[in-house]
Amino acid sequence: MAAINILETTGLTKVYGGISANMNVDFQLASGKITALIGPNGAGKSTFVGMVSGQIEATMGRVMFDGKDVSHLPAHKRIQLGIAYTFQITSVFSGLSVHENVALAARRTFDGKASAFEEKVLAALVRVGLDDRATQIAGDLSYGHQRLLEIAMGLAQDPKLFILDEPTQGLAESEIANFIKLIMSLAGETTILLIEHNMKVVMEAADFITVLDHGQILATGTPAQISNNTAVQAAYLGKSDA
Amino acid sequence: MTLFSKPNLLHIGVLLGLIVLYFVLPPYHSGNLSRIMVLAIYAMGYNVLFGYTGLLSLGHAMFFAAGMYGFGLAVNLGGVPLPIAFILGIASAGLLAAVVGSLALRTTGVAFMIVTLMFAQTAYLVVLYFGEYTRGDEGFVVQQVQRTFAGVDLTTDTARYVTALVLFAICFLALARLVKTPFGKTLVAIRENEERARMLGYDTKVHKLKAIIISGLVAGVGGAAYAMLFGYVGATFATVQYSILPLLWVLLGGAGTTVGPLIGVFFMFYLIDFSSSVTTAYLLVVGIVLVLLTMFAPKGICGELRRRVFPWLP
Amino acid sequence: MEFGPHLMLASLEGAVVAAVLALTAMGLSIVFGVMRVVNVAHGEFYMLGAVLAWFVTSAIGGHPALGFVAALVIAPLLVGVIAAAADTFILKHIKYDPDRTIVATIGLLYIFQQGTLMTFGPDARPVEAPFNHRLALPWIENGENGLQMFWPWGLSITSYKLFVIAAAVVVLMGLWALITRTKIGLIMRATQQDSETAQAFGIPVGRVYSLVFGLGAALAALGAVLVVPIQQAHYLMGGEPLLLAFIVVIIGGLGSLPGTVVAAVLIGMSDGIISVFFSPMVAKIIATLFVTMILIWRPQGLFGKVIR
Repeated sequence: MAAINILETTGLTKVYGGISANMNVDFQLASGKITALIGPNGAGKSTFVGMVSGQIEATMGRVMFDGKDVSHLPAHKRIQLGIAYTFQITSVFSGLSVHENVALAARRTFDGKASAFEEKVLAALVRVGLDDRATQIAGDLSYGHQRLLEIAMGLAQDPKLFILDEPTQGLAESEIANFIKLIMSLAGETTILLIEHNMKVVMEAADFITVLDHGQILATGTPAQISNNTAVQAAYLGKSDA
Repeated sequence: MTLFSKPNLLHIGVLLGLIVLYFVLPPYHSGNLSRIMVLAIYAMGYNVLFGYTGLLSLGHAMFFAAGMYGFGLAVNLGGVPLPIAFILGIASAGLLAAVVGSLALRTTGVAFMIVTLMFAQTAYLVVLYFGEYTRGDEGFVVQQVQRTFAGVDLTTDTARYVTALVLFAICFLALARLVKTPFGKTLVAIRENEERARMLGYDTKVHKLKAIIISGLVAGVGGAAYAMLFGYVGATFATVQYSILPLLWVLLGGAGTTVGPLIGVFFMFYLIDFSSSVTTAYLLVVGIVLVLLTMFAPKGICGELRRRVFPWLP
Repeated sequence: MEFGPHLMLASLEGAVVAAVLALTAMGLSIVFGVMRVVNVAHGEFYMLGAVLAWFVTSAIGGHPALGFVAALVIAPLLVGVIAAAADTFILKHIKYDPDRTIVATIGLLYIFQQGTLMTFGPDARPVEAPFNHRLALPWIENGENGLQMFWPWGLSITSYKLFVIAAAVVVLMGLWALITRTKIGLIMRATQQDSETAQAFGIPVGRVYSLVFGLGAALAALGAVLVVPIQQAHYLMGGEPLLLAFIVVIIGGLGSLPGTVVAAVLIGMSDGIISVFFSPMVAKIIATLFVTMILIWRPQGLFGKVIR
């Protein structure tokens, strides 16, 4: 992995008609690690991630990905550089089969024989445990399985950076446990940026945590450091969920 | 995909069937079939944009008419030899599609429908405005003597049928191939969930523009072929009705299927043929069919077949 | 006639067009705003209003005003009922799916249009206006004795046309009152905002939709009844109002009622003025392109919020 920080933002700011959602965010994301981005509701997490992925246009600031300045690139071009993204509200191709969903994710970057392609698609499905449902229509899957499908789609892209936007929301306890195992197995292969509300997941899975509050970075460090941070405790008082 | 896969066999079967029908059918019906095949080319072009990419245009008549007038004017006014005129017709349609597409694709949904409709209206008005050359609603005839190719007179029933079949077969097989390519599958992805396709790294804007250009080009082939084989060019082919017809054909036959457009044109042609003999208000039948279709068989004939019986149907 | 008076005449004619257009477009706007459906058959509801007006006035003899008043009540009511029935039996069945609704309403367009052709016939038939006095209009000119009013030859308008403008204003104000001040209006607005929540609060969304669809159609029909003494009833007369109404609704901003009125006035006036001064063909081409450009570069219209 080339850069130590696969993602860096400098002074990233978003102002909506007089209200600033994010202000001067300087963020570094360490390569090969799992970093969680947490913060109370309205802290600016979604806006920040939107600016990183390219779905929201930043008012000011710079985004560097893998050593390149991507601040003026549209979303699809940033994805092409090696980012995979799962939506906060699951967004798959519900009219198409599970297999075709993953195939679409893999096809763009694939160059080789048809048999190798099939193996790749299957590998991604096996990884998340959906290989036995390959022919099912994605829209018929349970919510938890659709979430897994989205992850399989991300994996099929062999991403350098995998952004997961509140991936455990709506999942049952057992599904969450599986999920934690899954993303921890990805450590080293890719860098993971996890936006989460579920503190249990964050504490177990994350190598680093960055806390956002009122659109700015409040604290950053290891789980142990963050849980002992008084400013973080104050911000979260009464706002944490189980 | 192997050569003898079910979809391939189906496609070849359709073409063989069309060949056989020529020898089996009486001249009235084989003449109809020539017309049906040419209109099916138009329908297949529309299917690329509507059936596969999911964009509902209400202005496709302008592309059909561009092919028609491109060819007709080149032959009548320019004295251009047939094959070149044919290519000119197609090129006009493609160029128009590129220009209109780059503007219209800035809108989505209802606005896209209206913008395409308005562009088509403008094209129709322009045709009328230059009535000196285009003869407006009245139209003009492309003389028989001009409609020969490599010494073969294209106005005989046989030549007409063969030419229509060849042109249909080329477009049919080319488009059937296209939808199996990564590009074709990406169009389907855009139809199903454009935002998701974008966030998988696909440039959806460029894909949609290419789709509309291909769609316009094929519609132009239909228009140029119609002028070439049936010898008539007129502004009625640029009216709203000729924009709604391909929508109707594709819906009836099955949007997003390869064989659907042909089936749709076939059924609609004979339905109108039959109801015209019963009443002058045959469009009433069209209206009723549309309502019943969308209420009870929204995926069209081939679409419903694919859903219920033959999941492999391409 | 000189430019000034000519412009005033064109403006008044434009105002008549705008009045009728405002009613028609309002009907479309309500339907799209509350139900989120595109009704391609809206122009046919308009046409049915005119045709039914002809039937009613033909059936009722005597003074034309009698038949006209009857038509003014009966035609919109009947058209509203037809529309509500279409909603109940067809649109509900396809669950208001956007693509299917467009197709279904295209089908309805053909059914209504051709049905009218079969019963009413292909000819355009006039309806007599309830009253029709020619009023000469004054113009001000700087003459020998300072500013003077005079009545240019040919500058006139009929009392009926003024009535149309006034009637449209009254109806629109009544509609505004209905939507903003009554319980039914509140229910409609609630359903527009969030139909699921509205349903959770016990609002019979299905019936509201039928009501709204019927109301939208009735408004278009009302506009047509007002215009038929000026224009004549014809089975194809729904095409242009449909297109204009859509343009008005989109330029005014989808789901914005004030926007619809402003856009209707703008477009109606321009249409009226342009047709008096320019060759209709060129004017149409320019107008079409102009509207297209607005749709492309400002898709949310004048007042609307960006949707989707």
